Amino acid sequence: MKLELQGITKSFDGFVANDSVDLVVEPGQVHCLLGENGAGKSTLMNVLFGLYEPTAGRILVDGKPVVFRGPGDAMAAGIGMVHQHFMLIPVFTVAENVALGNESTGVGGILNLEETRRSIKEISDRYGFDVDPDALVEDLPVGVQQRVEIIKALVRKANLLILDEPTAVLTPRETDELISIIGQLTDSGTSIIFISHKLREVKAVSDKITVIRRGKVVGTANPDAPATELASLMVGRAVDLSLGRTPAIPGDAILQVRGLNVLSETGIPAVDQVSFDVHAGEILAVAGVQGNGQTELVEAIMGLQDKATGSILLGGAELLGRNVKDIINSGVGYVPEDRSTDGLISSFTIAENLILNRYDHAPMAQGVALKLPAIAANAKEKVAEYDIRAGSSQALASTLSGGNQQKIVLAREFSRPLKLFIAAQPTRGVDVGSIEFLHRRILAERDAGTPVIIVSTELDEVMELGDRIAVLFHGQLMGIVPGNTSRDILGLMMAGANAEEALAEVAAQQVPTTIKDEPTLPGGIA
Amino acid sequence: MTSTIKKHNTTLGTRLRGSFFLVSLLAIVLSLIVGGLLIAVTDEETAKAAKYLFAAPGDTLSAAWKAAAGAYAAMFRGAIFNYQAESFTGMIKPITETLTMATPLITAALGVALAFRAGLFNIGAQGQLIIGAVLAGYIGFTLNLPWPLHILLVVLAAALGGALWGGIVGLLKARTGAHEVIVTIMLNYVAVYLLAFLLSTPMMQRPGSNDPVSQIIHDSAKYPLIFGPDFRVHFGLILGLLATWGVWWLLERSTLGFELKAVGANPSASRTAGINTTRVTILAMVLAGALAGMAGASQVSGTEHFVVGGVAASIGFDAITVALLGRSRPLGVLVAALLFGAFRAGGVAMQTQTGTPIDIVLVVQSLIVLFIAAPPLVRSIFGMNARKARAAAADDSKNTTPTPPSGTVTSGSTL
Repeated sequence: MKLELQGITKSFDGFVANDSVDLVVEPGQVHCLLGENGAGKSTLMNVLFGLYEPTAGRILVDGKPVVFRGPGDAMAAGIGMVHQHFMLIPVFTVAENVALGNESTGVGGILNLEETRRSIKEISDRYGFDVDPDALVEDLPVGVQQRVEIIKALVRKANLLILDEPTAVLTPRETDELISIIGQLTDSGTSIIFISHKLREVKAVSDKITVIRRGKVVGTANPDAPATELASLMVGRAVDLSLGRTPAIPGDAILQVRGLNVLSETGIPAVDQVSFDVHAGEILAVAGVQGNGQTELVEAIMGLQDKATGSILLGGAELLGRNVKDIINSGVGYVPEDRSTDGLISSFTIAENLILNRYDHAPMAQGVALKLPAIAANAKEKVAEYDIRAGSSQALASTLSGGNQQKIVLAREFSRPLKLFIAAQPTRGVDVGSIEFLHRRILAERDAGTPVIIVSTELDEVMELGDRIAVLFHGQLMGIVPGNTSRDILGLMMAGANAEEALAEVAAQQVPTTIKDEPTLPGGIA
Repeated sequence: MTSTIKKHNTTLGTRLRGSFFLVSLLAIVLSLIVGGLLIAVTDEETAKAAKYLFAAPGDTLSAAWKAAAGAYAAMFRGAIFNYQAESFTGMIKPITETLTMATPLITAALGVALAFRAGLFNIGAQGQLIIGAVLAGYIGFTLNLPWPLHILLVVLAAALGGALWGGIVGLLKARTGAHEVIVTIMLNYVAVYLLAFLLSTPMMQRPGSNDPVSQIIHDSAKYPLIFGPDFRVHFGLILGLLATWGVWWLLERSTLGFELKAVGANPSASRTAGINTTRVTILAMVLAGALAGMAGASQVSGTEHFVVGGVAASIGFDAITVALLGRSRPLGVLVAALLFGAFRAGGVAMQTQTGTPIDIVLVVQSLIVLFIAAPPLVRSIFGMNARKARAAAADDSKNTTPTPPSGTVTSGSTL
């Protein structure tokens, strides 16, 4: 199907999210929409999917103008969407999920899933999806759940698929599999709109690239365009993708983790017998697919996990069993993974957020009284130093962009002398310009001799920052490898192979990959 | 650039606050109108005139107007200024009655507001107040102490009683995760029936009486009257004003207040920042209880001078409404408490003078909160219509969407 968007404008109360966007998707083409968070990609897709009514402009399917009043209309016209967060019911089977909203019923309204099962089988066989219609969705790996979403769209006869940030939740291997699935789909004539902010993937999968910035199409490119050019288009200025880092000069092992176990709330080990050291002046990057124990590992170090056993020594002193305040005061800086729930109080001002864990120390307080002048002065200083873009330091944190919010967290944690710095997903949901800034600050902290732990699910960020890389899988440490280890080996380890196995496998068969290794780029971009 | 945003932020802030104030005001007006209609349709004269409504509709209307206007005039005379009184004392008596009625509401509502800022919905001011009143009364009639010491002890005991009752809630919430709404409601019952029980035991019951009333407290346990014996305004009002300032200072200027607001706004981030959320939750409820307990002292040492089953009236529940109306800000709570004090004082006068039941006041009070909870309703009733509101919002978003200087990046605003 050929899809054309002509002059699509969508404004909300005067704020223009999409400004006369033109887009043509040819049949069987993979068209990438590249843009930063908040550039207007999702709004555009919601307009296309009938969730928003465009303020101006029109949509043409195979040359004929169409109007979508809701997702139902869009689906009827052959448009399917796979959301970044899957719209599946975990306790239902694959067939039940696929049938949902489109159920065929027999006599007396009894649910008839036979036909659905048949079509799932058929599609699954045709594209080699390997999906069992009777499996419970909650038992399936994320990559397979995504295929269920794709099947859902295909069963409804979609011949244009919108994939919204489809690789965010996948392992590198699953990403490769997805890319091959995309290839098969396009071969059979399905068009794909692939939304991403990761240059490497976009270059690997697309036939055509449209770059969006601030709601406008700022350019189109072919997949062979250089990464720096695409990044510059996306950001709107020249981007220096190299950090220009110097090799680490590691000192003593400051943090020693030995036999750490953390039980999850359900009693399953979330971290399983993990031991490692972090040295002064080095960055240990912890890689792994989301939900493999990274969160619990970091929380255990911060004293936020009650059910942790083993030993965590910081400069020889045991951290386990001490409370959070004690650990913070002993010089551990922490950027939590979920900025909005753990890192900031969104209804507090920037000034207040900057002292969230220092409000009761001099000079911010004297006895039980807050010292407002000191708090204001601190805010003024940090806002300037970290280039936090806001009207004033009295602006609420909730009014800031992700990048500026993260700068508040970083500024707060770096404003006291540190013995250890931990950052989980430091650049998630952060714009490219801020990523560069945040990475440089973290490197500067390392160069000042602080041991640093970076947890990231972005392989590029891990490879960019890590002097050594530890890979977690199902709570177990698959090994710690040097920072220059290849993407293939890391990918295998993230899927559950230990370091030796991964090394051996890569050496033996030189795993075929769809994605070529590009020179490493900073986290969120590449 | 920076300066223009800053300027706009302040105007936006003022506008929001201004809009809340306006909505509150309109809600009060609207509630009084609805209350007036209720008074009119339930009035006997109006009902009589309505029988020949079609013959002479004017009669019905004028009767209705007379009923509503008469009731509200009586209310005004009872709450603010009695222009019909013969003496000066009689004239200004109503406003002092308003102050007296407001006194326990101020501290009780501060307690609710304080807990609310810490993220706790404290429905238990009633129970905390009752326990405070029990202890105030008990200390008041059993001990024989010189004046300043005795009253001091009474206030302290009342605050401690309330603190205990609130503290139980905080402890259960923090340690076991029990929901504070359920716990406070249940503790209200416990307090009510504990009081009823105590009033039937020799410990509390007035000797020689079969009624469930306590002994009268000693004079040394009473609050001094501020404006002399002609008026009931007592020292509890001064304490209420001090408490208002104290709670403001606590919330806005102290480290504990910072913790309290942090835990209220985002417990997860507070925990991550090393704040002991368990301790803060317990402390917030202890302080809230102490404030409500002080309201108990105000009832016993200020106005009633003994303890009965109805010593708390509905103050503990009105306090929730007052705290909501005052948006949990100490100064707002003070103003709202004075308003409710006026309703209460005026309602009594209205009932005695025009026979309009005081319950109409409760209807008005409840309507106020209902309207405040639904600002769009008030706006649409008063024609501050959606089109204009949308235009204003559009104007705002245009101005608040920062356009960074060229060559730099901030991510777009709404996605």
